[in-house]
Amino acid sequence: MFSFVLKRVGQSILVLLVTGLVAFSMFTFVGDPIDNMLGQERTMEDVERLRQQLDLDQPFVVQYYRFLEQAIQGNFGVSYRQGRPVAEILLERAPATLELALVSGVFAIVLGIALGVFTAIRRDGVAANVIMSASLIGVSLPTFLIGILLIYLFSVELGWLPSFGRGETVDVGGWSTGFLTESGLKALILPSITLGLYQMTLIMRLVRSEMLEVLRQDYIRFAKARGLSDRVINFRHALKNTMVPVITVIGLQLGSIIAFAIITETVFQWPGVGLLFINAIQFVDIPVMAAYLMLISVMFVAINLLVDILYAFIDPRLRVAT
Amino acid sequence: MKRFLDSDVFYAFKTSPVAVVSALVTVLMVLSAVLAPLIAPTNPFDPASLNLMNGFTPPMEPNAFTGDSFFLGTDDQGRDVFSTILYGLRISLFVGVAAVLLAMTLGIFLGLLSGYVGGWTETIIMRAADVQLTFPSILVAMLIFGIAKGVTPVEYRDQMAIWVLILAIGLSDWVQFARVVRGATLVEKSKDYVAAARLIGRSPLTIMIRHILPNVLSPVLVIATISLALAIIAEATLSFLGVGAPPTQPSLGTLIRIGQGFLFSGEWWILFFPACTLLALALAVNLLGDWLRDALNPRLR
Repeated sequence: MFSFVLKRVGQSILVLLVTGLVAFSMFTFVGDPIDNMLGQERTMEDVERLRQQLDLDQPFVVQYYRFLEQAIQGNFGVSYRQGRPVAEILLERAPATLELALVSGVFAIVLGIALGVFTAIRRDGVAANVIMSASLIGVSLPTFLIGILLIYLFSVELGWLPSFGRGETVDVGGWSTGFLTESGLKALILPSITLGLYQMTLIMRLVRSEMLEVLRQDYIRFAKARGLSDRVINFRHALKNTMVPVITVIGLQLGSIIAFAIITETVFQWPGVGLLFINAIQFVDIPVMAAYLMLISVMFVAINLLVDILYAFIDPRLRVAT
Repeated sequence: MKRFLDSDVFYAFKTSPVAVVSALVTVLMVLSAVLAPLIAPTNPFDPASLNLMNGFTPPMEPNAFTGDSFFLGTDDQGRDVFSTILYGLRISLFVGVAAVLLAMTLGIFLGLLSGYVGGWTETIIMRAADVQLTFPSILVAMLIFGIAKGVTPVEYRDQMAIWVLILAIGLSDWVQFARVVRGATLVEKSKDYVAAARLIGRSPLTIMIRHILPNVLSPVLVIATISLALAIIAEATLSFLGVGAPPTQPSLGTLIRIGQGFLFSGEWWILFFPACTLLALALAVNLLGDWLRDALNPRLR
């Protein structure tokens, strides 16, 4: 077990080193950092001084090591476009994205499990069939079209909900939250549905197929013979046993929620990290792009590692196989 | 041809209404994209043919000032929406097909190489694939687009955007192909005909391309079709986000991005028709891919 964990941790560190290399190469090969930092009026001495200051005269490996050293301390340099430290900008934007991801995650999990159970129990009912067909459309609609559709329905036609921004936010110890104001909560609804819809359909279909599988088992028939009520059978006995694969998928989808937040944030002009990243690409703001890449890769690698280790705990066969 | 018409695959095709309809839709889309300059009533990118007075004409209604009527209406600059969709479809399909071809070529080559040669080559290629698979492909495409944009000189950026887009989507999608081809190659490698080819002294490259490749192509075909649908959606998403096709060469995604700006002022048609075209195209190709997967894999039938 220990050697398995060690091996997976080693692989994860390797992945991070590779993405770090990509992020670092962006700095060195895309444009000249000196050009980006010094203006038009500069002397050769200025250039030389900055070159030494930035260790640009050192060999590649040394530069890469320095970069990693700085990155671990959360220092990604200064944004070319905003002229402020990247870490500061990211910290400022993070609450918006995390709140959006949290709400849409909860939406996807709660509604996904509920609808999954419902469609499994009433598998031949009209409502269940309608939901299943609708979910097929939900999977094939691109995220940004879902967002536009919701904006059109609820903002343009009905005028119920705001179509962009976070509404009013309250600052709680450096964390700007939209949970405490009415306009903040209202602004969360449409983006969360847009972001969570795909994950919800995924969870729903998974729960449904797992439930159908479990409901066929002998112990369910035995529970019925014992005269237990349908509710106890469906929720205590059946649902509980479908949870292992569902939890895995939820874990793995967590990362893609953050990634797909880029699209949702752009549609709704949500001032989060994803919108920052898209703007960084548009204006070729390398430090922001590199920092976002590192942030995302740490998150993805950590989630994958956790899921793998959890799996190994649950299923001992995996420890030998890999 | 006769052999094809008699085959199982064609029979399965004839008897599946979903497959026939989606194939028809796909063919229709491809034809109208290829023939866009002939079908389109106007050339939306020829400034001489545009009349700003025609701006915001609703579909099927005569314009209030000029009395001109347009099948699907016009946008803010008086461009005929139907024509921009045809030209946009051209760009969307071109980028999608080119990106899949790039991904396929790269994936097949790396897959064959790692499957046949093995050893260090295999380890490096497959590790790289694992690393890339950790991230959603749309994110990888965005990143490649950003880097490539940074490398291109400013004055060429708009012209190069389409090629950069193809490169970004293509490079983000090779892993699927490489994995499948590698798996199939490992199976084929141990068969007698490969040993025979090796015995008569054929070079590894010839064996890979002439002997193994034809035998691993059928799963590649399935992945290519499904990848095409994904590539079209990826292209539309990137263009919609403003990191894809530029407004001077709008794809369907760019048109949707432009149309979104007029949603609040009530000009719904500028957004609605490109969005429907994109959906129909993506759905048709997707269903075709699903059907092909089932048809070519007799075990699932």
